[in-house]
Amino acid sequence: MSALAPAAAPRVAVRPYLLTAPALLLFGTLLVVPLALTAVLSFNAFDHTTGVKNELTLAHYAAILTDDYYFTVFFRTFWMAGLTTLITVLIGAPEACVLSRMRNPWRSIFLLVVVAPLLVSVVVRAFGWSMLLGPEGPVNKALALLGLGPVRFLYTPVAVVAALVHVMLPFMVIPVWTSLQKLDPLVENAALSLNASRFTALTRVVLPQVLPGILSGSLIVFGLSASSFAIPGLLGGRRLKMVATVVYDEYLHELNWPLGAAIAIVLLLANLVVMLSYNRLLEGRYRKRLG
Amino acid sequence: MSFLKLENVSKFYGPVGAVIDMDLAVEKGEFVSLLGPSGCGKTTTLQMIAGFVEASRGTIRLDGRDITRAKPNKRGLGIVFQSYALFPHMSVFDNVAFGLEMRRVPKAERRERVNAALALVRLDAHADRYPRELSGGQRVALARALVIEPPVLLLDEPLSNLDAQLREEMQFELRQIQRKVGTTTIMVTHDQAEALSISDRIVVMQAGRVTQVDEPYRMYEHPRTRFISTFVGKANLVAGRVRAEGADLVADLGATKLALPAADLAPGEEIILGIRPEKLTFVAPGRGRLDGTVVERFFLGSQWLYRVATELGDLVLTRPNDGLPAVAEATIVGIDWPTEHVRVLKAPAEPGAQA
Repeated sequence: MSALAPAAAPRVAVRPYLLTAPALLLFGTLLVVPLALTAVLSFNAFDHTTGVKNELTLAHYAAILTDDYYFTVFFRTFWMAGLTTLITVLIGAPEACVLSRMRNPWRSIFLLVVVAPLLVSVVVRAFGWSMLLGPEGPVNKALALLGLGPVRFLYTPVAVVAALVHVMLPFMVIPVWTSLQKLDPLVENAALSLNASRFTALTRVVLPQVLPGILSGSLIVFGLSASSFAIPGLLGGRRLKMVATVVYDEYLHELNWPLGAAIAIVLLLANLVVMLSYNRLLEGRYRKRLG
Repeated sequence: MSFLKLENVSKFYGPVGAVIDMDLAVEKGEFVSLLGPSGCGKTTTLQMIAGFVEASRGTIRLDGRDITRAKPNKRGLGIVFQSYALFPHMSVFDNVAFGLEMRRVPKAERRERVNAALALVRLDAHADRYPRELSGGQRVALARALVIEPPVLLLDEPLSNLDAQLREEMQFELRQIQRKVGTTTIMVTHDQAEALSISDRIVVMQAGRVTQVDEPYRMYEHPRTRFISTFVGKANLVAGRVRAEGADLVADLGATKLALPAADLAPGEEIILGIRPEKLTFVAPGRGRLDGTVVERFFLGSQWLYRVATELGDLVLTRPNDGLPAVAEATIVGIDWPTEHVRVLKAPAEPGAQA
């Protein structure tokens, strides 16, 4: 045995690299390279008459950091993403709880209902919302029946957040549901047997164990919402811009690719900072206990 | 007046009776085991006492108070779950302290009582650990249930997740702890050795009904049914018919006959005779009641187990490993037994008998 071990060691060391190579290659070509190109592009100078120039400049970043317009767009993007996350937690976590208590076949049926929105194109769903919330849509007609004047939903944060919540809900329900699956169903009974009320059992025993699921769900939802494009593009209109739609404008209307790239990079960094600090804030407290 | 009393307690799921007309009286400080195969209703009974399953009918009284319809969090009973159901996000200390916190016990007293409970289960050195860092989950669960000083401790197969050696150690420790704190205890188990070794009384259940309630020794020596004879310990069972021979009754076993000790039998009745393997002894061939050939022998460490082919069929016989040479396979032996150790069971199907 001891004579064989050193000979076998190099083979063992090579195998992990071979096994990870396909995935590394995929990520490298599809993620790292375009990202690097974007980052390089964001430092290139731009002239409205000649286009992208081969000079390096920080002017685009300076513009983003000093211009109030960009600050407004970034601020709006993050509060709307934050609100979307909050609402998906409030709806998604109880929904997952209800789901996990259902018995088959109902559980499978409702799980499918929750996931079903993912099967429909975001664009189609966005148009669905715009019909629903439009001035002649069912929501306004129902309000008219109640004697309430027509309310403008379209091209307001209400429409965008509502549609985002709808799109993002599966990304909250599924991680929470997964962590509920890992929960010993008897811990709630154990808490009850120790004189805890149902509410205390839920908040002190069940919720803390589901928190990792809520945490990963909110990271996914926040990240996807903050960089979402189709929904703010279709339901926010020309006035209610979010960062991704501004990037699109710079690329396709202004043709100022370097500025668009710079905005995209700033969004990436800002998103990263928000998510990492949130992660550290919550997960640090629970990693040790739940592993 | 018994401390915990179940009267006619039943649980039906639709038309199916999980527990049927259960009567049980448990005295204060007693350790009672509910023993039976899976699906016999023992766990359902425990859950009705705990309040997690509502009884379809009947009453459960604790210290004279009717608790049949009380909510589980108003009963104040200590429960150790089969999976332990520890709170994985809390330290061992916080797990044990939870019940006291819910009872609003002041902090200083809480600390004292938790430490005492942890010392009782010998976990005082691990108070700051988390359950997943610990192998002694059953000890934490026990401390958590005992710290609230419950009137009754309910144990749902508390040792079934342990390996054989640890299980045996924990059995004795569990009994010691129960003696020390004196809490009335009801334990559900499917392990007859566990029930025999640590209970004051055993309740054997079968298909939702209680079939026998007795002290362990009596349960083992006088099983009332064929099922109990083989479920609690091993037994040789031989079918026969009662025959009158002068003033005495004898069992006609076909190959041989046997004087019957019991009185309430009538000639012509079908019976089953049961005798424990350790009550049989080897004698010289032709000197015992039967002759036979040793077919197989198994070494069990503290004893030898022999299978002997006789005219009554194969009999199982155990002899202590007393250092003397064991009987070899294929040896022709005589078998004898004292008449008073033969148990007579009526042959007709017993209530709730399983195929």
